[in-house]
Amino acid sequence: MTYDLKIEDDATDPKQGITVFEGFVDNGTNVIIGPTLSNTAFQAQPIAQEGKTPVLAISNTATGITAQGDYIFRDSLTEAQVIPQTIAKAKEKYSLKKVVVMYSQDDAFTKSGFEVIEGALKKEGVENAKTLSFSKADTDFRALLTEAKGLNPDAIVVSGLIEAAIPLVTQARELGITAPIIGGNGFNNPRLMKDAGAAAEGVVVGAAWNSASSNEENTKFMADFKAKNGAGPDQFAAQAYTGMLLIDHAVRAKCSAERDDIKAGLGAIKDLKTPLGTISINADRDAEHDAVVQVVKDGAFTVLK
Amino acid sequence: MQQLLNGIFIGSIYALFAIGFTLVFGILDQLNLAHPAVFAVAAFVGIELVEVAGLSIWVALPIVLLVGALLGVLIEWVAFRPLRGRPDAHFAGLISSIALGGIFIALLQARYGPDTRRFPADSFPDERYTIAGAQVTLLQVAILVISIVLMVVLTLLVRRSRLGRGMRAIAENPTAATVLGINVSRIRTSTFALSSALGAVAGALFAMNVNSAQLGMGSAIELKGLAVIIVGGMGSLSGALVGGLALGLAEVFAVQYVGSSWRDMVAFGLLFLILLVRPQGLFGARRVREV
Repeated sequence: MTYDLKIEDDATDPKQGITVFEGFVDNGTNVIIGPTLSNTAFQAQPIAQEGKTPVLAISNTATGITAQGDYIFRDSLTEAQVIPQTIAKAKEKYSLKKVVVMYSQDDAFTKSGFEVIEGALKKEGVENAKTLSFSKADTDFRALLTEAKGLNPDAIVVSGLIEAAIPLVTQARELGITAPIIGGNGFNNPRLMKDAGAAAEGVVVGAAWNSASSNEENTKFMADFKAKNGAGPDQFAAQAYTGMLLIDHAVRAKCSAERDDIKAGLGAIKDLKTPLGTISINADRDAEHDAVVQVVKDGAFTVLK
Repeated sequence: MQQLLNGIFIGSIYALFAIGFTLVFGILDQLNLAHPAVFAVAAFVGIELVEVAGLSIWVALPIVLLVGALLGVLIEWVAFRPLRGRPDAHFAGLISSIALGGIFIALLQARYGPDTRRFPADSFPDERYTIAGAQVTLLQVAILVISIVLMVVLTLLVRRSRLGRGMRAIAENPTAATVLGINVSRIRTSTFALSSALGAVAGALFAMNVNSAQLGMGSAIELKGLAVIIVGGMGSLSGALVGGLALGLAEVFAVQYVGSSWRDMVAFGLLFLILLVRPQGLFGARRVREV
Protein backbone atom coordinates (compact mmCIF):
# COMPACT_ATOMS: atom_id res chain seq x y z
CA MET A 1 0.00 0.00 0.00
CA THR A 2 1.32 3.47 -0.79
CA TYR A 3 0.18 6.75 0.66
CA ASP A 4 0.27 10.02 -1.24
CA LEU A 5 1.22 12.66 1.31
CA LYS A 6 0.31 16.29 0.59
CA ILE A 7 1.66 18.92 2.97
CA GLU A 8 0.17 22.41 3.31
CA ASP A 9 1.20 25.18 5.69
CA ASP A 10 -1.54 26.83 7.77
CA ALA A 11 0.98 29.34 9.23
CA THR A 12 -0.89 28.77 12.55
CA ASP A 13 -3.40 31.26 11.16
CA PRO A 14 -7.03 30.10 11.50
CA LYS A 15 -8.04 31.87 8.26
CA GLN A 16 -5.31 30.12 6.29
CA GLY A 17 -6.23 26.87 8.07
CA ILE A 18 -9.78 27.17 6.75
CA THR A 19 -8.54 27.76 3.18
CA VAL A 20 -6.24 24.74 3.34
CA PHE A 21 -9.01 22.55 4.77
CA GLU A 22 -11.41 23.67 2.01
CA GLY A 23 -8.80 22.62 -0.55
CA PHE A 24 -8.41 19.16 1.00
CA VAL A 25 -12.15 18.59 1.25
CA ASP A 26 -12.70 19.60 -2.41
CA ASN A 27 -9.84 17.62 -3.96
CA GLY A 28 -10.98 14.31 -2.48
CA THR A 29 -8.28 13.89 0.17
CA ASN A 30 -9.11 10.76 2.19
CA VAL A 31 -7.99 11.92 5.63
CA ILE A 32 -6.48 15.09 7.10
CA ILE A 33 -3.80 15.04 9.82
CA GLY A 34 -3.53 18.20 11.92
CA PRO A 35 -3.62 21.17 12.22
CA THR A 36 -0.91 21.77 14.83
CA LEU A 37 -2.70 24.14 17.19
CA SER A 38 -6.04 23.77 18.96
CA ASN A 39 -6.82 27.36 18.11
CA THR A 40 -6.60 26.73 14.35
CA ALA A 41 -8.31 23.36 14.72
CA PHE A 42 -11.46 24.87 16.22
CA GLN A 43 -11.84 27.16 13.19
CA ALA A 44 -10.84 24.74 10.42
CA GLN A 45 -12.33 21.42 11.58
CA PRO A 46 -15.99 22.36 10.94
CA ILE A 47 -15.10 22.57 7.22
CA ALA A 48 -13.95 18.95 7.24
CA GLN A 49 -16.92 17.85 9.35
CA GLU A 50 -19.30 19.44 6.87
CA GLY A 51 -17.45 17.86 3.96
CA LYS A 52 -17.49 14.46 5.71
CA THR A 53 -13.69 14.19 5.64
CA PRO A 54 -12.04 12.47 8.62
CA VAL A 55 -9.51 14.53 10.63
CA LEU A 56 -6.90 13.11 13.00
CA ALA A 57 -5.46 15.61 15.50
CA ILE A 58 -1.96 14.65 16.60
CA SER A 59 -0.89 17.57 18.77
CA ASN A 60 -3.99 19.39 20.08
CA THR A 61 -4.72 19.12 23.80
CA ALA A 62 -7.63 21.54 24.31
CA THR A 63 -10.93 20.22 25.61
CA GLY A 64 -13.69 20.00 23.00
CA ILE A 65 -11.54 19.33 19.89
CA THR A 66 -13.28 16.04 19.07
CA ALA A 67 -16.67 17.33 20.26
CA GLN A 68 -16.89 19.33 17.02
CA GLY A 69 -18.17 16.36 15.06
CA ASP A 70 -18.06 12.62 14.45
CA TYR A 71 -15.38 12.91 11.77
CA ILE A 72 -12.83 14.40 14.22
CA PHE A 73 -10.37 12.04 15.98
CA ARG A 74 -7.34 12.66 18.18
CA ASP A 75 -4.32 10.67 19.35
CA SER A 76 -2.76 13.30 21.67
CA LEU A 77 -3.62 13.01 25.35
CA THR A 78 -5.31 16.00 27.01
CA GLU A 79 -4.34 17.56 30.34
CA ALA A 80 -7.54 16.04 31.70
CA GLN A 81 -6.15 12.60 30.87
CA VAL A 82 -2.53 13.13 31.95
CA ILE A 83 -2.92 15.01 35.25
CA PRO A 84 -5.20 12.52 37.07
CA GLN A 85 -2.82 9.66 36.20
CA THR A 86 0.14 11.75 37.40
CA ILE A 87 -1.52 12.52 40.72
CA ALA A 88 -2.64 8.92 41.25
CA LYS A 89 0.88 7.66 40.62
CA ALA A 90 2.47 10.30 42.83
CA LYS A 91 0.02 9.52 45.64
CA GLU A 92 0.95 5.86 45.47
CA LYS A 93 4.66 6.59 45.38
CA TYR A 94 4.94 9.38 47.96
CA SER A 95 1.84 8.47 50.05
CA LEU A 96 0.44 11.99 49.62
CA LYS A 97 -2.10 13.12 52.22
CA LYS A 98 -1.89 16.89 52.09
CA VAL A 99 -0.67 19.04 49.19
CA VAL A 100 -0.52 22.72 48.25
CA VAL A 101 -1.71 23.69 44.75
CA MET A 102 -0.17 26.61 42.85
CA TYR A 103 -1.38 27.86 39.47
CA SER A 104 -1.24 30.95 37.27
CA GLN A 105 -4.70 32.40 37.27
CA ASP A 106 -4.54 34.56 34.15
CA ASP A 107 -3.96 31.88 31.50
CA ALA A 108 -6.73 29.67 30.08
CA PHE A 109 -4.52 26.59 29.70
CA THR A 110 -3.08 26.64 33.23
CA LYS A 111 -6.43 27.55 34.80
CA SER A 112 -8.14 24.55 33.21
CA GLY A 113 -5.15 22.49 34.35
CA PHE A 114 -5.84 23.71 37.88
CA GLU A 115 -9.47 22.61 37.66
CA VAL A 116 -8.35 19.14 36.56
CA ILE A 117 -5.90 19.02 39.49
CA GLU A 118 -8.64 19.93 41.96
CA GLY A 119 -10.92 17.17 40.62
CA ALA A 120 -8.12 14.60 40.65
CA LEU A 121 -7.13 15.42 44.24
CA LYS A 122 -10.73 15.04 45.37
CA LYS A 123 -11.02 11.70 43.60
CA GLU A 124 -7.80 10.42 45.17
CA GLY A 125 -8.81 11.68 48.61
CA VAL A 126 -5.78 13.96 48.92
CA GLU A 127 -6.35 17.13 50.95
CA ASN A 128 -5.63 20.47 49.25
CA ALA A 129 -4.30 22.48 52.21
CA LYS A 130 -4.23 25.74 50.26
CA THR A 131 -4.52 27.06 46.72
CA LEU A 132 -2.01 29.78 45.84
CA SER A 133 -2.40 31.70 42.60
CA PHE A 134 0.10 33.79 40.68
CA SER A 135 0.20 35.73 37.44
CA LYS A 136 1.91 34.32 34.35
CA ALA A 137 4.28 37.33 34.29
CA ASP A 138 5.47 36.57 37.85
CA THR A 139 9.02 35.39 38.37
CA ASP A 140 9.44 35.88 42.12
CA PHE A 141 7.56 33.12 43.95
CA ARG A 142 9.34 33.35 47.30
CA ALA A 143 6.38 34.80 49.22
CA LEU A 144 4.04 32.08 47.90
CA LEU A 145 6.57 29.33 48.50
CA THR A 146 7.27 30.49 52.05
CA GLU A 147 3.52 30.33 52.67
CA ALA A 148 3.42 26.83 51.15
CA LYS A 149 6.40 25.67 53.20
CA GLY A 150 4.70 26.78 56.42
CA LEU A 151 1.83 24.35 55.70
CA ASN A 152 4.30 21.47 55.51
CA PRO A 153 2.69 19.69 52.52
CA ASP A 154 3.66 16.25 51.20
CA ALA A 155 3.96 17.76 47.72
CA ILE A 156 3.34 20.96 45.77
CA VAL A 157 1.19 20.53 42.65
CA VAL A 158 1.71 23.24 40.02
CA SER A 159 -0.23 24.19 36.91
CA GLY A 160 2.05 26.64 35.12
CA LEU A 161 4.03 27.18 31.95
CA ILE A 162 7.74 26.47 31.63
CA GLU A 163 8.54 30.19 32.11
CA ALA A 164 7.11 29.98 35.62
CA ALA A 165 8.28 26.44 36.30
CA ILE A 166 11.99 27.19 36.23
CA PRO A 167 12.12 30.10 38.71
CA LEU A 168 9.48 28.40 40.87
CA VAL A 169 11.44 25.18 41.19
CA THR A 170 14.74 26.99 41.78
CA GLN A 171 13.32 29.22 44.49
CA ALA A 172 11.50 26.36 46.22
CA ARG A 173 14.74 24.42 46.66
CA GLU A 174 16.52 27.60 47.74
CA LEU A 175 13.97 28.05 50.53
CA GLY A 176 14.64 24.51 51.68
CA ILE A 177 11.46 22.90 50.38
CA THR A 178 12.30 19.24 49.80
CA ALA A 179 8.79 17.92 49.09
CA PRO A 180 8.23 16.71 45.51
CA ILE A 181 6.91 19.28 43.02
CA ILE A 182 4.35 17.86 40.59
CA GLY A 183 3.76 19.57 37.24
CA GLY A 184 1.61 19.15 34.12
CA ASN A 185 2.38 19.34 30.41
CA GLY A 186 3.94 22.80 30.87
CA PHE A 187 6.78 21.20 32.82
CA ASN A 188 7.44 18.50 30.19
CA ASN A 189 10.38 20.29 28.66
CA PRO A 190 14.10 19.45 28.70
CA ARG A 191 14.79 23.13 29.55
CA LEU A 192 13.59 22.34 33.07
CA MET A 193 16.75 20.34 33.75
CA LYS A 194 19.00 22.55 31.67
CA ASP A 195 17.99 25.82 33.36
CA ALA A 196 16.96 24.82 36.86
CA GLY A 197 19.97 22.49 37.23
CA ALA A 198 20.13 20.52 40.44
CA ALA A 199 16.91 22.16 41.68
CA ALA A 200 14.93 20.17 39.10
CA GLU A 201 15.83 16.85 40.76
CA GLY A 202 12.74 15.14 42.12
CA VAL A 203 10.25 17.13 40.04
CA VAL A 204 7.40 14.86 38.87
CA VAL A 205 5.97 15.49 35.39
CA GLY A 206 3.18 13.70 33.55
CA ALA A 207 3.51 13.28 29.79
CA ALA A 208 1.95 11.48 26.84
CA TRP A 209 5.11 9.77 25.62
CA ASN A 210 8.11 8.23 27.27
CA SER A 211 11.14 8.35 25.00
CA ALA A 212 12.87 5.74 27.14
CA SER A 213 10.02 3.23 26.86
CA SER A 214 11.39 -0.20 26.02
CA ASN A 215 8.36 -1.46 24.10
CA GLU A 216 9.22 -2.88 20.71
CA GLU A 217 7.28 -0.29 18.66
CA ASN A 218 8.99 2.57 20.43
CA THR A 219 12.56 1.28 20.19
CA LYS A 220 12.07 0.65 16.47
CA PHE A 221 10.58 4.11 15.96
CA MET A 222 13.45 5.75 17.86
CA ALA A 223 16.07 3.88 15.84
CA ASP A 224 14.37 4.54 12.47
CA PHE A 225 13.84 8.22 13.24
CA LYS A 226 17.48 8.68 14.25
CA ALA A 227 18.75 6.84 11.19
CA LYS A 228 16.68 9.03 8.87
CA ASN A 229 17.00 12.43 10.57
CA GLY A 230 20.25 12.20 12.48
CA ALA A 231 18.57 13.39 15.70
CA GLY A 232 16.15 11.95 18.25
CA PRO A 233 12.36 12.54 18.00
CA ASP A 234 10.32 14.69 20.37
CA GLN A 235 6.82 13.98 21.67
CA PHE A 236 5.14 15.58 18.63
CA ALA A 237 7.10 13.34 16.29
CA ALA A 238 6.02 10.27 18.25
CA GLN A 239 2.40 11.40 18.19
CA ALA A 240 2.54 12.14 14.44
CA TYR A 241 4.08 8.76 13.68
CA THR A 242 1.46 7.05 15.83
CA GLY A 243 -1.24 8.99 13.95
CA MET A 244 -0.06 7.46 10.69
CA LEU A 245 -0.05 3.98 12.30
CA LEU A 246 -3.67 4.51 13.36
CA ILE A 247 -4.69 5.56 9.86
CA ASP A 248 -2.87 2.62 8.30
CA HIS A 249 -4.65 0.30 10.71
CA ALA A 250 -8.02 1.86 9.83
CA VAL A 251 -7.41 1.54 6.08
CA ARG A 252 -6.35 -2.10 6.36
CA ALA A 253 -9.29 -2.98 8.61
CA LYS A 254 -11.81 -2.35 5.83
CA CYS A 255 -9.33 -2.66 2.99
CA SER A 256 -10.62 0.66 1.72
CA ALA A 257 -9.38 4.26 1.72
CA GLU A 258 -12.86 5.77 1.33
CA ARG A 259 -13.51 8.60 3.81
CA ASP A 260 -16.35 6.86 5.62
CA ASP A 261 -14.43 3.60 5.84
CA ILE A 262 -11.43 5.36 7.38
CA LYS A 263 -13.79 7.06 9.82
CA ALA A 264 -15.34 3.74 10.81
CA GLY A 265 -11.90 2.11 11.02
CA LEU A 266 -10.45 4.82 13.28
CA GLY A 267 -13.46 4.60 15.58
CA ALA A 268 -13.02 0.86 15.94
CA ILE A 269 -9.36 0.90 17.00
CA LYS A 270 -8.79 -1.10 20.15
CA ASP A 271 -5.60 -2.12 21.94
CA LEU A 272 -3.30 -1.18 19.07
CA LYS A 273 0.39 -1.29 19.99
CA THR A 274 2.20 1.99 19.14
CA PRO A 275 5.26 3.93 20.32
CA LEU A 276 2.94 5.83 22.70
CA GLY A 277 1.76 2.58 24.27
CA THR A 278 -1.37 0.48 23.73
CA ILE A 279 -4.02 2.76 22.21
CA SER A 280 -7.82 2.49 22.04
CA ILE A 281 -10.12 5.11 20.54
CA ASN A 282 -12.97 5.85 22.94
CA ALA A 283 -16.59 6.82 22.26
CA ASP A 284 -15.59 10.52 22.19
CA ARG A 285 -13.08 9.69 19.42
CA ASP A 286 -10.16 10.54 21.75
CA ALA A 287 -7.23 8.18 22.12
CA GLU A 288 -6.82 6.43 25.44
CA HIS A 289 -3.45 5.15 26.53
CA ASP A 290 -1.40 5.23 29.70
CA ALA A 291 0.30 8.52 30.43
CA VAL A 292 3.85 8.21 31.59
CA VAL A 293 4.71 9.69 34.94
CA GLN A 294 8.30 10.87 34.96
CA VAL A 295 10.60 12.09 37.69
CA VAL A 296 13.77 14.08 37.14
CA LYS A 297 16.76 12.02 38.20
CA ASP A 298 20.43 12.86 37.55
CA GLY A 299 19.39 15.60 35.13
CA ALA A 300 17.04 13.50 32.97
CA PHE A 301 13.41 12.40 32.91
CA THR A 302 13.08 8.82 34.11
CA VAL A 303 9.88 6.81 34.58
CA LEU A 304 8.50 7.02 38.11
CA LYS A 305 8.10 3.44 39.23
CA MET B 1 10.83 36.08 59.43
CA GLN B 2 11.29 34.43 56.04
CA GLN B 3 8.55 36.62 54.57
CA LEU B 4 10.15 39.73 56.07
CA LEU B 5 13.43 38.87 54.35
CA ASN B 6 11.64 37.99 51.08
CA GLY B 7 10.03 41.42 51.18
CA ILE B 8 13.29 43.23 51.90
CA PHE B 9 15.20 41.48 49.10
CA ILE B 10 12.60 42.08 46.41
CA GLY B 11 11.94 45.56 47.82
CA SER B 12 15.61 46.54 47.52
CA ILE B 13 15.48 45.76 43.79
CA TYR B 14 12.26 47.76 43.39
CA ALA B 15 14.00 50.61 45.20
CA LEU B 16 17.09 50.50 42.99
CA PHE B 17 14.90 50.54 39.89
CA ALA B 18 12.69 53.33 41.23
CA ILE B 19 15.62 55.51 42.29
CA GLY B 20 16.83 55.64 38.71
CA PHE B 21 13.31 56.57 37.66
CA THR B 22 12.91 59.28 40.25
CA LEU B 23 16.37 60.80 39.68
CA VAL B 24 15.45 61.97 36.18
CA PHE B 25 12.08 63.14 37.38
CA GLY B 26 13.41 65.00 40.41
CA ILE B 27 16.12 66.85 38.54
CA LEU B 28 14.77 67.29 35.04
CA ASP B 29 11.06 67.08 35.78
CA GLN B 30 10.68 64.45 33.03
CA LEU B 31 9.50 60.87 33.15
CA ASN B 32 11.76 58.50 31.22
CA LEU B 33 9.59 55.55 30.19
CA ALA B 34 12.47 53.84 28.38
CA HIS B 35 13.77 53.01 31.87
CA PRO B 36 11.95 49.62 32.03
CA ALA B 37 13.50 48.66 28.67
CA VAL B 38 16.96 49.41 30.06
CA PHE B 39 16.10 47.08 32.95
CA ALA B 40 15.38 44.24 30.50
CA VAL B 41 18.29 44.96 28.11
CA ALA B 42 20.73 44.93 31.05
CA ALA B 43 19.56 41.51 32.20
CA PHE B 44 20.12 40.02 28.73
CA VAL B 45 23.48 41.76 28.31
CA GLY B 46 24.56 40.48 31.73
CA ILE B 47 23.61 36.92 30.79
CA GLU B 48 25.46 37.22 27.49
CA LEU B 49 28.61 38.45 29.26
CA VAL B 50 28.59 35.60 31.76
CA GLU B 51 27.37 32.82 29.50
CA VAL B 52 29.09 33.54 26.19
CA ALA B 53 32.06 35.70 27.12
CA GLY B 54 32.62 33.56 30.23
CA LEU B 55 33.19 36.53 32.51
CA SER B 56 32.80 36.31 36.26
CA ILE B 57 29.70 37.97 37.63
CA TRP B 58 31.89 40.54 39.42
CA VAL B 59 33.37 41.68 36.11
CA ALA B 60 30.05 41.50 34.30
CA LEU B 61 28.16 43.73 36.75
CA PRO B 62 30.38 46.82 36.31
CA ILE B 63 30.15 46.33 32.52
CA VAL B 64 26.37 46.17 32.80
CA LEU B 65 26.53 49.40 34.78
CA LEU B 66 28.53 51.02 31.97
CA VAL B 67 26.20 49.68 29.28
CA GLY B 68 23.30 51.13 31.26
CA ALA B 69 25.03 54.51 31.43
CA LEU B 70 25.59 54.46 27.66
CA LEU B 71 21.95 53.60 27.08
CA GLY B 72 21.04 56.55 29.32
CA VAL B 73 23.12 58.88 27.17
CA LEU B 74 21.49 57.44 24.07
CA ILE B 75 18.02 57.94 25.53
CA GLU B 76 18.79 61.57 26.33
CA TRP B 77 20.22 62.24 22.86
CA VAL B 78 17.54 60.45 20.88
CA ALA B 79 14.35 60.72 22.89
CA PHE B 80 14.69 63.93 24.89
CA ARG B 81 17.28 66.35 23.47
CA PRO B 82 15.65 66.91 20.05
CA LEU B 83 12.41 67.83 21.78
CA ARG B 84 13.89 70.39 24.16
CA GLY B 85 12.49 73.83 23.74
CA ARG B 86 9.16 72.63 22.47
CA PRO B 87 6.29 73.91 24.56
CA ASP B 88 5.05 70.34 25.06
CA ALA B 89 8.56 68.97 25.73
CA HIS B 90 7.56 67.08 28.89
CA PHE B 91 4.70 65.24 27.32
CA ALA B 92 6.47 64.65 23.99
CA GLY B 93 9.54 63.31 25.83
CA LEU B 94 7.37 60.89 27.74
CA ILE B 95 5.99 59.51 24.50
CA SER B 96 9.24 59.43 22.57
CA SER B 97 10.86 57.55 25.47
CA ILE B 98 8.12 54.91 25.28
CA ALA B 99 8.92 54.58 21.56
CA LEU B 100 12.65 54.23 22.19
CA GLY B 101 11.96 51.64 24.88
CA GLY B 102 9.89 49.71 22.34
CA ILE B 103 12.80 49.80 19.89
CA PHE B 104 15.18 48.45 22.56
CA ILE B 105 12.84 45.55 23.27
CA ALA B 106 12.36 44.81 19.57
CA LEU B 107 16.15 44.71 19.06
CA LEU B 108 16.44 42.43 22.07
CA GLN B 109 13.85 40.10 20.57
CA ALA B 110 15.60 40.11 17.20
CA ARG B 111 18.88 39.16 18.88
CA TYR B 112 17.68 36.62 21.48
CA GLY B 113 14.21 35.50 20.34
CA PRO B 114 11.21 35.32 22.63
CA ASP B 115 12.56 32.63 24.95
CA THR B 116 13.22 33.15 28.62
CA ARG B 117 16.94 33.24 29.41
CA ARG B 118 18.88 32.97 32.63
CA PHE B 119 22.33 33.21 34.16
CA PRO B 120 24.19 29.87 34.07
CA ALA B 121 23.49 27.83 37.19
CA ASP B 122 27.04 28.04 38.53
CA SER B 123 27.64 31.75 37.86
CA PHE B 124 27.21 32.57 41.52
CA PRO B 125 28.44 30.49 44.50
CA ASP B 126 25.53 28.55 45.95
CA GLU B 127 26.02 29.42 49.63
CA ARG B 128 23.04 29.33 51.99
CA TYR B 129 22.60 30.51 55.55
CA THR B 130 19.85 30.05 58.10
CA ILE B 131 19.02 33.20 60.03
CA ALA B 132 16.41 32.77 62.78
CA GLY B 133 14.85 29.89 60.85
CA ALA B 134 14.80 31.74 57.54
CA GLN B 135 16.76 30.63 54.47
CA VAL B 136 19.00 33.25 52.92
CA THR B 137 21.35 32.80 49.97
CA LEU B 138 24.65 34.58 49.52
CA LEU B 139 23.23 35.97 46.28
CA GLN B 140 20.38 37.69 48.12
CA VAL B 141 22.76 39.21 50.65
CA ALA B 142 24.98 40.40 47.80
CA ILE B 143 21.99 41.97 46.05
CA LEU B 144 20.98 43.82 49.19
CA VAL B 145 24.53 45.07 49.79
CA ILE B 146 25.01 46.15 46.16
CA SER B 147 21.69 47.99 46.18
CA ILE B 148 22.45 49.81 49.42
CA VAL B 149 25.99 50.73 48.36
CA LEU B 150 24.78 52.12 45.03
CA MET B 151 22.05 54.13 46.73
CA VAL B 152 24.48 55.56 49.30
CA VAL B 153 26.99 56.45 46.59
CA LEU B 154 24.26 58.18 44.60
CA THR B 155 23.07 60.17 47.59
CA LEU B 156 26.63 61.30 48.38
CA LEU B 157 27.13 62.19 44.73
CA VAL B 158 24.05 64.37 44.67
CA ARG B 159 24.75 66.00 48.06
CA ARG B 160 28.51 66.49 47.94
CA SER B 161 29.95 66.49 44.44
CA ARG B 162 30.24 69.28 41.92
CA LEU B 163 27.99 67.31 39.56
CA GLY B 164 25.45 66.95 42.37
CA ARG B 165 25.46 70.67 43.06
CA GLY B 166 24.81 71.28 39.37
CA MET B 167 21.97 68.78 39.43
CA ARG B 168 20.36 70.43 42.40
CA ALA B 169 20.71 73.84 40.81
CA ILE B 170 18.97 72.63 37.65
CA ALA B 171 16.25 70.99 39.71
CA GLU B 172 15.70 74.31 41.47
CA ASN B 173 15.67 76.49 38.36
CA PRO B 174 17.17 75.54 34.98
CA THR B 175 17.27 79.10 33.66
CA ALA B 176 19.06 80.42 36.71
CA ALA B 177 21.48 77.49 36.50
CA THR B 178 22.38 78.45 32.93
CA VAL B 179 22.91 82.05 33.99
CA LEU B 180 25.24 80.83 36.73
CA GLY B 181 27.41 79.19 34.08
CA ILE B 182 26.38 75.60 34.68
CA ASN B 183 26.59 73.37 31.61
CA VAL B 184 22.97 72.26 31.67
CA SER B 185 23.25 69.92 28.67
CA ARG B 186 26.13 67.99 30.13
CA ILE B 187 24.41 67.61 33.47
CA ARG B 188 21.20 66.46 31.83
CA THR B 189 23.14 63.77 29.99
CA SER B 190 24.97 62.73 33.16
CA THR B 191 21.67 62.47 35.01
CA PHE B 192 20.25 60.15 32.38
CA ALA B 193 23.46 58.10 32.41
CA LEU B 194 23.37 57.72 36.21
CA SER B 195 19.69 56.88 36.21
CA SER B 196 19.97 54.21 33.53
CA ALA B 197 23.12 52.74 35.11
CA LEU B 198 21.14 52.09 38.30
CA GLY B 199 18.19 50.67 36.33
CA ALA B 200 20.58 48.39 34.46
CA VAL B 201 22.17 46.97 37.60
CA ALA B 202 18.69 46.46 39.04
CA GLY B 203 17.74 44.47 35.92
CA ALA B 204 20.76 42.18 36.09
CA LEU B 205 20.30 41.62 39.83
CA PHE B 206 16.60 40.89 39.37
CA ALA B 207 17.31 38.30 36.67
CA MET B 208 19.81 36.60 38.99
CA ASN B 209 17.48 36.76 41.96
CA VAL B 210 14.54 35.05 40.25
CA ASN B 211 16.61 32.90 37.84
CA SER B 212 14.72 34.22 34.83
CA ALA B 213 15.00 37.05 32.28
CA GLN B 214 12.13 37.76 29.91
CA LEU B 215 11.49 40.44 27.31
CA GLY B 216 8.48 41.58 29.35
CA MET B 217 10.34 41.85 32.66
CA GLY B 218 10.63 45.62 32.30
CA SER B 219 6.94 46.24 31.79
CA ALA B 220 6.17 43.94 34.71
CA ILE B 221 8.18 46.15 37.06
CA GLU B 222 7.33 49.49 35.39
CA LEU B 223 4.02 49.94 37.20
CA LYS B 224 5.63 49.02 40.49
CA GLY B 225 8.42 51.54 39.90
CA LEU B 226 5.91 54.29 39.15
CA ALA B 227 3.88 53.42 42.23
CA VAL B 228 7.03 53.49 44.36
CA ILE B 229 8.12 56.93 43.22
CA ILE B 230 4.63 58.38 43.65
CA VAL B 231 4.30 56.99 47.14
CA GLY B 232 7.85 57.97 48.05
CA GLY B 233 7.29 61.48 46.73
CA MET B 234 8.16 62.23 43.13
CA GLY B 235 11.82 63.07 42.88
CA SER B 236 12.76 62.06 46.39
CA LEU B 237 15.66 59.58 46.59
CA SER B 238 15.03 58.47 50.16
CA GLY B 239 11.33 58.28 49.31
CA ALA B 240 12.03 55.84 46.49
CA LEU B 241 14.12 53.69 48.83
CA VAL B 242 11.46 53.55 51.54
CA GLY B 243 8.69 53.20 48.94
CA GLY B 244 10.46 50.26 47.27
CA LEU B 245 10.89 48.41 50.54
CA ALA B 246 7.30 49.22 51.54
CA LEU B 247 5.94 47.78 48.29
CA GLY B 248 8.08 44.64 48.60
CA LEU B 249 6.86 44.08 52.16
CA ALA B 250 3.24 44.92 51.31
CA GLU B 251 3.34 42.25 48.56
CA VAL B 252 4.68 39.44 50.71
CA PHE B 253 2.42 40.19 53.64
CA ALA B 254 -0.60 40.43 51.36
CA VAL B 255 0.20 36.87 50.27
CA GLN B 256 0.72 35.79 53.87
CA TYR B 257 -2.34 37.32 55.50
CA VAL B 258 -4.88 38.05 52.78
CA GLY B 259 -4.40 35.57 49.93
CA SER B 260 -2.29 35.31 46.82
CA SER B 261 -5.08 36.31 44.41
CA TRP B 262 -5.38 39.63 46.23
CA ARG B 263 -1.69 40.47 46.28
CA ASP B 264 -1.64 43.31 43.74
CA MET B 265 -4.91 44.68 44.97
CA VAL B 266 -3.76 44.87 48.58
CA ALA B 267 -0.33 46.24 47.70
CA PHE B 268 -1.60 48.94 45.37
CA GLY B 269 -4.61 49.64 47.61
CA LEU B 270 -2.22 50.37 50.47
CA LEU B 271 -0.33 52.77 48.25
CA PHE B 272 -3.53 54.65 47.48
CA LEU B 273 -4.24 54.83 51.18
CA ILE B 274 -0.85 56.43 51.78
CA LEU B 275 -1.59 58.99 49.08
CA LEU B 276 -4.93 59.83 50.68
CA VAL B 277 -3.17 60.61 53.93
CA ARG B 278 -0.10 62.26 52.38
CA PRO B 279 -0.85 63.41 48.83
CA GLN B 280 2.71 64.67 48.38
CA GLY B 281 4.06 61.18 49.13
CA LEU B 282 6.05 59.98 52.12
CA PHE B 283 9.08 62.18 51.56
CA GLY B 284 7.84 64.63 48.97
CA ALA B 285 7.78 68.31 49.74
CA ARG B 286 4.66 70.12 48.71
CA ARG B 287 6.24 73.04 46.91
CA VAL B 288 9.97 72.74 46.84
CA ARG B 289 11.21 69.73 44.96
CA GLU B 290 14.11 67.97 46.56
CA VAL B 291 16.61 65.72 44.94
